[in-house]
Amino acid sequence: MRHIISVLMENEPGALSRVVGLFAQRNYNIESLTVAPTEDGTLSRLTVTTIGNDRVVEQITKQLNKLVDVVKVVDLSEGEHIEREVMMIKLKASGQMRAEIKSTCDIFRGQIIDVTPTTYTVQLVGASDKLDAFINALGSASIMEVVRSGVCGIARGEKVLSL
Amino acid sequence: MVVRALKDEGVKYIYGYPGGSLLHVYDALFQQEDVQHILVRHEQAATHMADAYARATGKAGVALVTSGPGATNAVTGIATAFMDSIPMVVITGQVMSHLIGEDAFQETDMLGISRPIVKHNFSVQRPEDIPGIVKKAFHIAESGRPGPVVIDLPKDMTTPTERYPYEYPQHVKMRSYTPITRGHSGQIKKATDLLLTAKRPVIYAGGGVIMGNASNELIELAQLLNFPVTNTLMGLGGYPGTDRQFVGMLGMHGSYEANMAMHHADLILAVGARFDDRVTNGTDKFCPTAKIVHIDIDPASISKTVQADIPIVGPAKVVLEEMVQLVNASQQRPDAAALHAWWQQIDEWRQRHGGRYRTDDSELMKPQQVIEMLSKVTNGDAFVTSDVGQHQMFAAQYYKFNKPNRWINSGGLGTMGFGLPAAMGVKMNFPDDEVVCVTGEGSIQMNIQELSTCNQYDLPVKILCLNNQSLGMVRQWQDMNYESRHSQSYMNSLPDFVKLVESYGHVGIKVEKYADLEGAMREAFALKDRLVFMDVAVDPFEHVYPMQVPRGAMRDMWLSKTERT
Repeated sequence: MRHIISVLMENEPGALSRVVGLFAQRNYNIESLTVAPTEDGTLSRLTVTTIGNDRVVEQITKQLNKLVDVVKVVDLSEGEHIEREVMMIKLKASGQMRAEIKSTCDIFRGQIIDVTPTTYTVQLVGASDKLDAFINALGSASIMEVVRSGVCGIARGEKVLSL
Repeated sequence: MVVRALKDEGVKYIYGYPGGSLLHVYDALFQQEDVQHILVRHEQAATHMADAYARATGKAGVALVTSGPGATNAVTGIATAFMDSIPMVVITGQVMSHLIGEDAFQETDMLGISRPIVKHNFSVQRPEDIPGIVKKAFHIAESGRPGPVVIDLPKDMTTPTERYPYEYPQHVKMRSYTPITRGHSGQIKKATDLLLTAKRPVIYAGGGVIMGNASNELIELAQLLNFPVTNTLMGLGGYPGTDRQFVGMLGMHGSYEANMAMHHADLILAVGARFDDRVTNGTDKFCPTAKIVHIDIDPASISKTVQADIPIVGPAKVVLEEMVQLVNASQQRPDAAALHAWWQQIDEWRQRHGGRYRTDDSELMKPQQVIEMLSKVTNGDAFVTSDVGQHQMFAAQYYKFNKPNRWINSGGLGTMGFGLPAAMGVKMNFPDDEVVCVTGEGSIQMNIQELSTCNQYDLPVKILCLNNQSLGMVRQWQDMNYESRHSQSYMNSLPDFVKLVESYGHVGIKVEKYADLEGAMREAFALKDRLVFMDVAVDPFEHVYPMQVPRGAMRDMWLSKTERT
């Protein structure tokens, strides 16, 4: 099963390499990974999506908690949560394809953020499966480049991950 | 600042080897007398000495090695300590900060190299941070589940002409590191209730009892309930080896009665043990009828390989203490008749195999006889360090450890070359106690250069070499699994160990007949102020038994070359 694990950690050199190293060392899988400082400059928030059975994910969270730089760990998928990912996708767009891409884009509430006579660059925000669906819906349009941010997530309601 | 911080931490000995990036530190060491430096002959030995000090005392040992090859030579020692959860602080020199990343002379990325084998590591980026980092390093190494910590120290952080404010912190507070200090009372109560209803209980106690200083509490609880106790390789000495309730070590080379009792138990109380693959054998067949209570300070050790029914995260000492109080306060006791029947069953198992071995199939001595003699001659009171292989298993099986912190071996990593430096590290700190390194002719040669260090610092350790002229454990596996094709497991170019140790200024004794063994051993131990190397010729064809059948249950064992359960 896919899990979204959020990690609050010290914003210090080497902290990220400990997390990434842990996954490699213990043979855990990383689907996506994002990391950036929080409103408190001494803390970073890292979100990792991984696939594993309950036992593996339990080990992942326990092992993450053991890292000295890690302050808090939560498996967002255990509760109600929101996940988002940003994708920018560059497409060949000429002739009648331009209109077709534009309408697919509207359906998915994507934005065209860069235009040349032969290309469109589309920005799309959403859960990862929506981004996948958009790529599938593009049909015959030819994709030149895709860049995805990786997933970040937050719990619904009052629940917060903070100190 | 580094030396001053070590002094303020109360460090008496550090083990190391100088080099370019540490010259400022070595100069500072030269100009004071509080922190004594022991010069080894290879950095691996420095880490093992520091590690053994920690195993014997529970306090972090300190090693100091230079950048590049000095640091990489220390890697095996750091990994050894990591696998066995041993507190240690290793200071590695580093090239000047402005050269880092430029492939400078003797530069290695020690933070990167050590990351998977340390509890934590630090890189010093401002000299004024040194006292705080040293304090944190000791705190992290010694608290919670202990482990090694590396401090990487660029040379320009120690420039003697620069002065910085120095204050050694009294306390450490880290929001991201708060080791647990007690167990969950509800869980402890639940577990104790289960203990009181058990009919076929076994206490399975590991290295956490040793490093957690929980031996007395373990003994109290076990004797209060009259439960059998088995120790892991790392836990030996945690429960007295000569006590009736002790059923021996468990696992791959565990005793017949310990493994049988585990398999048939209805309750297993695991304390400071981690259900390692060398203990559980096939996890799918592990102890099918048992409920499992697991006490460990590291939540990640619980339900990692075997699911615990009642997990308790906390220090073994505190949790066991609480259990003893609850049992004392309760009217209830385990069903006496059931427990009596259980003990009868265990004694029957004990009778049936109970560490028997043949002595009639060889002219030469049996390694088991040698260890039994050692146990007799030293009354089970010596510090015994060991290397890795058959001799290690024989020592674990046949030496009756009555006290904790006295059996010092590389259990998790299985590091050959550990024994001699470990013995030195112990002797240095316990000069009045007997310290014996049980080794083989293979392992001893992995760090034999340290005989020179022993000479320099007058370390009269005793070395008991079970010489079977082959890598015994490798050969045993080849006998059992590879139709006796002894690929690279035979050593036919051995030195004359007696002459070799004599050249280092020590005493060597060769023993070839069992009749001479006791006399030779007593003679060796009588030479209080000399290092004595006993080169004992043992049967090269002997195997370690019992041996669990791979991927079987706990009870599936070879009991000799021909008998199987």
